[in-house]
Amino acid sequence: MSKDAILGAVRRGLKRGPLPADQRAMLEGRLATHPRHLIPARSRVPRPEQIALFIRNVEKEFGTVARVADADAIPGAIADYLAQQNLEPRFVLAPHPDLAALPWANRPLLRFEARRAAPSDAVSVQHGFAAIAETGTLMLPSDATRPTTLNLLAETEIVVLRSSRIVGAYEEAWDILRRERSDPVTSGFMPRNVMLVTGPSRSADIEQTLELGAHGPRRLHIVLVEDDPAETPGVGPSHDPAAAKSDAPVAPPAEGDRAATAKPARPRRAKGRTDSTTPPGA
Amino acid sequence: MVQVTSPAFKQNAARALADAGLQKALGKAKGAFLQRRAEAVARLPEFEQLRDIGRDIKNHTLANLDFYLETYAANVEGAGGTVHWCSTAEDARAAVLEICRKAGARTVTKGKSMISEEIGINDHLEAHGITPVETDLGEYIIQLRREHPSHIIAPAFHLNREDWEADFRRMHTDLDPNRVFNERRDILTEARTRLRDRFLAADVGITGANFLIAETGSSVIVTNEGNGDLTQTLPRVHIALASIEKVVPTLEDATSLLRLLARSATGQDFSVYTTFSTGGRRPGDLDGPEEYHVVLIDNGRSNMIGSEFQDMLRCIRCAACMNHCPVYGATGGHAYGWVYPGPMGSVLTPSLVGIDKAAQLPNASTFCGKCESVCPVKIPLPNLMRHWREREFERHLTPGAMRRGLGLWAWFAKRPQAYRIATRAAIGALGLLGRGKGAFRSLPLAGGWTAGRDLPVPEGGTFMARYAQQQRKR
Repeated sequence: MSKDAILGAVRRGLKRGPLPADQRAMLEGRLATHPRHLIPARSRVPRPEQIALFIRNVEKEFGTVARVADADAIPGAIADYLAQQNLEPRFVLAPHPDLAALPWANRPLLRFEARRAAPSDAVSVQHGFAAIAETGTLMLPSDATRPTTLNLLAETEIVVLRSSRIVGAYEEAWDILRRERSDPVTSGFMPRNVMLVTGPSRSADIEQTLELGAHGPRRLHIVLVEDDPAETPGVGPSHDPAAAKSDAPVAPPAEGDRAATAKPARPRRAKGRTDSTTPPGA
Repeated sequence: MVQVTSPAFKQNAARALADAGLQKALGKAKGAFLQRRAEAVARLPEFEQLRDIGRDIKNHTLANLDFYLETYAANVEGAGGTVHWCSTAEDARAAVLEICRKAGARTVTKGKSMISEEIGINDHLEAHGITPVETDLGEYIIQLRREHPSHIIAPAFHLNREDWEADFRRMHTDLDPNRVFNERRDILTEARTRLRDRFLAADVGITGANFLIAETGSSVIVTNEGNGDLTQTLPRVHIALASIEKVVPTLEDATSLLRLLARSATGQDFSVYTTFSTGGRRPGDLDGPEEYHVVLIDNGRSNMIGSEFQDMLRCIRCAACMNHCPVYGATGGHAYGWVYPGPMGSVLTPSLVGIDKAAQLPNASTFCGKCESVCPVKIPLPNLMRHWREREFERHLTPGAMRRGLGLWAWFAKRPQAYRIATRAAIGALGLLGRGKGAFRSLPLAGGWTAGRDLPVPEGGTFMARYAQQQRKR
């Protein structure tokens, strides 16, 4: 049988038989603890700077970001964006309870259906599970509330993301997934599909010159809802360098929390403001 | 399987150098990758440390490859997927065909995959009445032209914009023949529109895998276009093709390697889509394939384990080595005569097809060392090519004239007195012959040198004679 033949050939090359029990146990331990390696310093910064880094990186990769003060402002932000882009106010919506709970009635011209995407959909609105500041990357795991086709078929993808779900490094996003998800088939945490998305689709296959809009979305727009107490002046702990030492990093709220019940409206922060220099957990 | 034309490297290279279109394409593309990689590396001060980490992760995995493959396969099955273990390319072709037949497949969409080139799956499917459709933009035009990729991450590296326009006009005959392509974007849009229907009609989607993750039983693809994701999301069946050395232990291990991959390849900080697939559709899921298969392929790799070529199995297929290679930059990828071009191909091809067929490739190097210096997992490529040259010599595959020449040189090199006398005589004779000329335009027995450049006429004595003179002066 091929399996035995391949494993046998590998072992012959390694000049040993199957691993002894103690070495297997060691490797199983490594899998169970999944140790981190080096995490680049660029994302080891206080919360406000992490969020600013995320936005900078999204924009560097040709995505766009609109910041809104609370969940109630999301339908308006979506309507405004579609109008600016000269797009019809019509989209496919991720069937996620956070999104269903938004005050859509405030924008009666918006037409949407909550389902998987169809080839005829021009715009999709996806639910952002988490995001990674290091490279401006969205983490979009598939499940019944977050269909994968929403990330692929429409020309314009809009992702609703809470700022408390932005982490510095990929490893921290994996930790959120490990903590919050339980898969019905494997009882592990990995869903069928996890997409890490960094900007809109593109290709450089013609003369190694970058063109946006290959097979996936041509536009990627993020509506960022400010719900992180740590990022607002005077509210969060990490804004006070002394407090940051003991308190940050702030654990993101659980996935089950509804964006609609997020913190009340507060003034919008200036973009990219960096008045704190103490790294979290320093 | 792709026909091996590596034995004709010299003729292939000569043809490539005389191909004006190819030289134009190479000239345009060459600088872009280098500059973007350099900029991406400069943005990440930890890049050098990450290269050591990447090397160590891969070495750890290879040292325990049997354990990680078994763990990986068990986790794929735990997630409802199926693993097909295939020792040879033939086994892999048969496994893919059987899955497609069971699915009643008529068309199959494909994401970009070098292993699919290696096993020659397209021809096999076509021969059995199933239509494969390449969906990566570069692979799509390569398929229209019935060619093979000339670069492992930019398959159409050898083409110019005019080639794209001509081929699209030739093949997309239902469109207005007088349509205008004002920009590259118009070419892209035409391909996007064409392929959208193919995505929707396909019964099976075939992708490769950049990594396999033992911890979770996931396959990972890294793309910019989104074609790989459409390929693996829309059809009812997804097949991931992967060779055995793609496995890594954990998500954290894959993450560290991903920090190296896009920066080394395209000079992006991260690719647009990095997607982890684990099993088929879950209860309640509204989309995604119902069946998930992994065709796990050895095809010669297990023979490299424990050999001096084991380091080559660390390769993550970023193409930095070929992007920085002066030989690749002059000849392009097709001259190498098989699936994998450039320095990584010059090491891997002899391992997979045999040194008897690929002996020219490890010699197609200036040993400038640039490939090793940019390799994200620090594969000592020049050293591995040197090992192949040794094997080639041991197996008497080296051409007779070169063997005799090397034998002659070795005889003198082992006898310093004779060496000095001989070089003194040779240099004296050349000096006399070329007096007043400055340089030889041609010289008997040195045609290989003078065909491409002049040979300067030696001046003064030999190095040893001058050295002795200097020492006496002190």
